[in-house]
Amino acid sequence: MSWSHKDLISIADLSGEEITTILDMSTSFKEISRRDIKKVPTLRGKTVVLLFYEASTRTRLSFELAAKRLSADTTALSASGSSFQKGETIMDAALNVMAMAPDCIVIRYPYAGLPRKLALELPCSIINAGDGTHEHPTQALLDMYSMREHFGRLEGLHVAIVGDIAHSRVARSNVYGLKKMGARVTVVGPRTLLPPGVETWGVEVSCEFDPVVNDADVIMMLRVQRERIEEQCFPNEREYAHFFGLNKRRVDMMKPDAIIMHPGPMNRGVEITHDAADGNRSIILNQVENGVAVRMTLLYLSLGGNINVD
Amino acid sequence: MLIKGGRIIDPAKNRDDSADISIKDGRIHEILSPGNDLPPDDDVIDATGLWVLPGIIDMHAHLREPGYEYKEDIASGSLAAAAGGITTVACMANTDPVNDNAAVTQYIIKKASSIGMVRILPVGAITRGLKGRELSEMGLMKLSGIVAVSDDGRPVESAALLKRALEYASTFSLPVILHCEDKDLAAKGVMNEGALSSMLGLSGIPSIAEETMISRDVLVAHYADVPVHITHISTKGSLEIIRGAKQLGIRATCDTTPHHLLLTEDDVRTYDTNYKMNPPLRHEDDRHALIEGIRMNLIDCIATDHAPHARDEKALDFDLAPFGIIGFQTLLPALMKIHLDYDIDFSQLLACVTKNPAKILGIDGGSLGEGSRADVTLFDPKPVWTLTEDMIVSKSKNTPFIGWTFTGRVVRTIVEGNTVYQAA
Repeated sequence: MSWSHKDLISIADLSGEEITTILDMSTSFKEISRRDIKKVPTLRGKTVVLLFYEASTRTRLSFELAAKRLSADTTALSASGSSFQKGETIMDAALNVMAMAPDCIVIRYPYAGLPRKLALELPCSIINAGDGTHEHPTQALLDMYSMREHFGRLEGLHVAIVGDIAHSRVARSNVYGLKKMGARVTVVGPRTLLPPGVETWGVEVSCEFDPVVNDADVIMMLRVQRERIEEQCFPNEREYAHFFGLNKRRVDMMKPDAIIMHPGPMNRGVEITHDAADGNRSIILNQVENGVAVRMTLLYLSLGGNINVD
Repeated sequence: MLIKGGRIIDPAKNRDDSADISIKDGRIHEILSPGNDLPPDDDVIDATGLWVLPGIIDMHAHLREPGYEYKEDIASGSLAAAAGGITTVACMANTDPVNDNAAVTQYIIKKASSIGMVRILPVGAITRGLKGRELSEMGLMKLSGIVAVSDDGRPVESAALLKRALEYASTFSLPVILHCEDKDLAAKGVMNEGALSSMLGLSGIPSIAEETMISRDVLVAHYADVPVHITHISTKGSLEIIRGAKQLGIRATCDTTPHHLLLTEDDVRTYDTNYKMNPPLRHEDDRHALIEGIRMNLIDCIATDHAPHARDEKALDFDLAPFGIIGFQTLLPALMKIHLDYDIDFSQLLACVTKNPAKILGIDGGSLGEGSRADVTLFDPKPVWTLTEDMIVSKSKNTPFIGWTFTGRVVRTIVEGNTVYQAA
């Protein structure tokens, strides 16, 4: 099999076989980060530009380390330090970046659709690091990697994704990916945070958390933003935490080998308590570690690397 | 002027036959069967093989002048309308300054008459500054030439003010055109709300944003005993409300647009902002219902909602780009497509852009009866052609129909007996 994608925009564009390839390859890249000298010359001479038009710590750092450990040159640009603030349109900004001949642009952007547009317009590789409420494909891949690492498989796993499904790009990408890999997905949240048309997603939908807690192998909690209170999606954090938060009581109800995930950043005390976040079921920090490995794989594949890496 | 040998289609006179038309002093003088011995005329137009239609009336357009001349102005809009066979344009009030007083109305009328191409009929604002708080000077604007009032682009949010506005407009026999949209429900939406908007990660505008407002507005109109015209309906539910209102004897009329009859939300998949309009493109079920609404005469008019925006504005993200597309030059080709694809009588579609809007606006025109304004559109039903950007004469080129193949094209547009457009 050869890698035929110039870009990574959406999990919906990948086949199950391709996802498996990415996950398989990530194991070898993960090993690099555990070495004393965490650097291989694989992408020497390649340039990766990180365009982050939305706040990010984890994802940006993860991509930057991934590129550096493969010896690519990286430059990061954020909205606050760029001419975005001076009113330059994103297309102009992208064309200017392109004129400096990067091999890959990693983009995070507050509105849906831009990475796809850039992929069509620009000759370099585009990797979507999250666009509005559309997709966050590398997060879903690292999540799937982490689940597979723990359970040795994805097929047949029951994954509950809990919280603000309506506004979550992480939820969308995970749903697409997990379905392709044969997992069973249940989305949980109040009706106000479930997206219109969720019944067409091919997932189970529940407005009650408890009946799902004791049946899921993976409980993935999503960050819930205060903005949703202003939009009257729920009355306050106290009520949200009561019905949809992962707390000690719910952790105790989980299946013996079930795990807890969170894409970060966490709102401790709202969607997740410290018992859940810091307990022995939590693989939240493994997710972060695996993020670097998965992103190394994606940079490697996008920049023309061979699939049969040593 | 003599138009010879064409097929005359005039829904106002229930006419569809071959005949010759003579025009004198800007009016239809005589219509005679072929083989007549009309006196020779030094201006004879051979219309053999052509359809001779009453000049097309577009009751909903944005000409952007004054204030947004970089998008369109009265001159470029007139050219585009003429090229589309449109002889009368009703232009909405959301200019800068807003057309909410006689001075702005007079400016538009003066500008239009100095250009002297198509008939431009300003629509005044219902409320001052389109803000929904105080009534505009409807009476004085009427004296200056407005033909209707509308806060198009915005709903009249207060039902109490709407009731007052309907009553006040009726004082001056001004038709009221309502843009029905609950702004709280529409919120930050940019496309139809549903499974697709969720998938694309775009905020949705639910169908009920339109439907709840239409329900309220027709009830208020009924209570006030004033007719209302609901513009650009886009959903099956809206059509059901209009049907119910008409059955109850409520004097409600409505229009929809060519794009809501030909396109659906599925077209938004590419995030192409030429598919971003308000109301948004809806589901295929809605589109199908609108087509049937035309067939069943539930929809009275078809209007373009011609909404020019500059390329740079439409180049923004789908979330940020302005709503709207241009429509003058694709109106008749779109009607022809609906006629051919859905087997709806062309004369029925034609009534939606001639007789019916003339009646709702209370204006002359929209007919080829003897003594009517000599506004005539000559249409060749045969040529098959593809729309390219260089054919567009509007200042703005924001249309999703570039690359579409249409059947039939406008060959000549005549306003009050003068040819204002002739195809090359």
